[in-house]
Amino acid sequence: MTPLLSVRNLKKHFPIKGGILGREVARVHAVDGVSLDIAEGETVGLVGESGCGKSTTGRCILRLIEPSSGEIWYRGQDVTHLEGEAQRALRRDLQIIFQDPFASLNPRHTVGGIVGEALIIHGLAKSRAAIEARVVDLLETVGMRPDHMRRFPHEFSGGQRQRIGIARALAVEPKLIVCDEPVSALDVSIQAQVINLLEDLQEKFGLTYLFIAHDLSVVEHISDRVAVMYLGRIVEIARSRDLYDNPLHPYTDALPSAVPIPDPKVKRRRIPLTGHVPNPINPPTGCHFHTRCRIAEARCKTEAPVLRQSAEGHMVACHLRG
Amino acid sequence: MSSTVATPAPPFSPTRDAWRRFRRHHLALAGLFVLVLLVLSVLLGPLLWRLAINDIDFAAQLKPPTLGHPFGTDDLGQDILARLIYGGRISLAVGLASMVVAVVVGILVGATAGMSRGRVDTALMWLTDLFLSLPQLPLLLLISYLFRDSLKTLIGPEGGVFVMIVVVIGGLRWMPVARLVRAQFLSLREKEFVEAARALGASRRRLVVRHILPNALGPVIVAATIDVANAILAESTLSFLGLGFPPDIPTWGRVLFDAKDYLDVAPYWALFPGSLIFLAVLSINFVGDGLRDALDPRRVL
Repeated sequence: MTPLLSVRNLKKHFPIKGGILGREVARVHAVDGVSLDIAEGETVGLVGESGCGKSTTGRCILRLIEPSSGEIWYRGQDVTHLEGEAQRALRRDLQIIFQDPFASLNPRHTVGGIVGEALIIHGLAKSRAAIEARVVDLLETVGMRPDHMRRFPHEFSGGQRQRIGIARALAVEPKLIVCDEPVSALDVSIQAQVINLLEDLQEKFGLTYLFIAHDLSVVEHISDRVAVMYLGRIVEIARSRDLYDNPLHPYTDALPSAVPIPDPKVKRRRIPLTGHVPNPINPPTGCHFHTRCRIAEARCKTEAPVLRQSAEGHMVACHLRG
Repeated sequence: MSSTVATPAPPFSPTRDAWRRFRRHHLALAGLFVLVLLVLSVLLGPLLWRLAINDIDFAAQLKPPTLGHPFGTDDLGQDILARLIYGGRISLAVGLASMVVAVVVGILVGATAGMSRGRVDTALMWLTDLFLSLPQLPLLLLISYLFRDSLKTLIGPEGGVFVMIVVVIGGLRWMPVARLVRAQFLSLREKEFVEAARALGASRRRLVVRHILPNALGPVIVAATIDVANAILAESTLSFLGLGFPPDIPTWGRVLFDAKDYLDVAPYWALFPGSLIFLAVLSINFVGDGLRDALDPRRVL
């Protein structure tokens, strides 16, 4: 079966310009060769530290940022360079939910205007009454009241705003939603509500999620599979359970031990990571992780490991493990 | 599904909401009142105050305010009230029209620069800097020298001069607006709600008109109100140099200028046009403040 979405060797390099002539003096390797398959109806988690290129990957998939190279396939069709009407049509299938519920809603539009905009853009509802009815429908789907549509975003709490953002994404009946850290700006109690809402919606509409986050426990909970990114590359992909029980990559190894356990009596093996994430302007040669790796060898410095199958559904990019 | 809308929704309209916020802004309300009063009096004044603006009466030279001449008379015995009523039409019209020209050009240039990356942006900002660095007075001289007569024959003496002055003043004041708009666009363009609209498939035009521009207008409105004041004053400079309206057309700036040699004997002569300019500028500023807040739904007030 062809996956719903395939990303092949996606790269995004941001040029840094300098000098009088504005020539390119360096480039930030934000995304450096990401390949990923997402099957219909599944939730793929994408985790990694700040600045590792998770969000850029998500935005490249939606073409909110133009990828520098690589391919994006949707339902067996190369959509990397779609323009105009074809791209607009594709935007109905791929949507995004943003991290910051305060910045992602236009402060000058009413909730009804925000949620209904997509209906106008794509001509999904013919009359004002039809738009209104659909907006009410969408608001109820995400657990808001119909009369909320006359209010402005600033009148709502973070969790409610995030629901509005979700309603906006649902308006076009998308197939895949990129959730760009949708709960990391919310209180823990609200996080659970929004996560549950996302799961309910997935079941109801058969949605596929690319769930970007840096909170491992949230990702573990919601994802079928998890991809771990480090400095612009995916270092390991596995089913959620496998990744936590049997991490292969030395980076993934260290990650769960950094999650605090709310019980002081529990002792566990901590694998501390030393040093900092290297600068993506000048990433290390070979394996990007070798500067912080406990088991690195000479060839890790020269040769970049490719992502290869280690077990059924478990892929890892390491010369030494798997 | 629509049966659920049965809950009595409060009547809502963005215009009424904005007006409600505007009304809460007491200074803006006062400003609007004064402005309307000024506009009404320059429009209807000549019907009520029937003294001619150029009725020379040497018997009544430099008379302080009396019942017959509430604002006094000037050195030729002309009634200052009548002159200010007549001149107010031109001054206010020049001020508002120049502001509109400056703001429209500024928004067009700034928005184009802000939305396009690279060469277009660079070129437009060079143009803006170029205009900013031009010495304005010599340029004004040149423009009016070149176009004054042809405009006069084209539209008529008063209309021609009016169009020329508005274009010249507006055409030399759009740069700050352009920079302001561009800066706003650069930051707003990257905001997530704009990205969201892009992800929904909104056209560039829709992004600008519905999402970016409305959020960029706050500072522009403030700049625009200041522009009105500047334009009223700039017009008097031009008239003084003999490039604006002919000396016998008593714009506020012109009357103020004529009064300057008699400040010691007839201070009222300068006081009245000065106060009118001050009142107009101040009230427009307050209205601008109120407008900015009224158009921002986040203001609860």
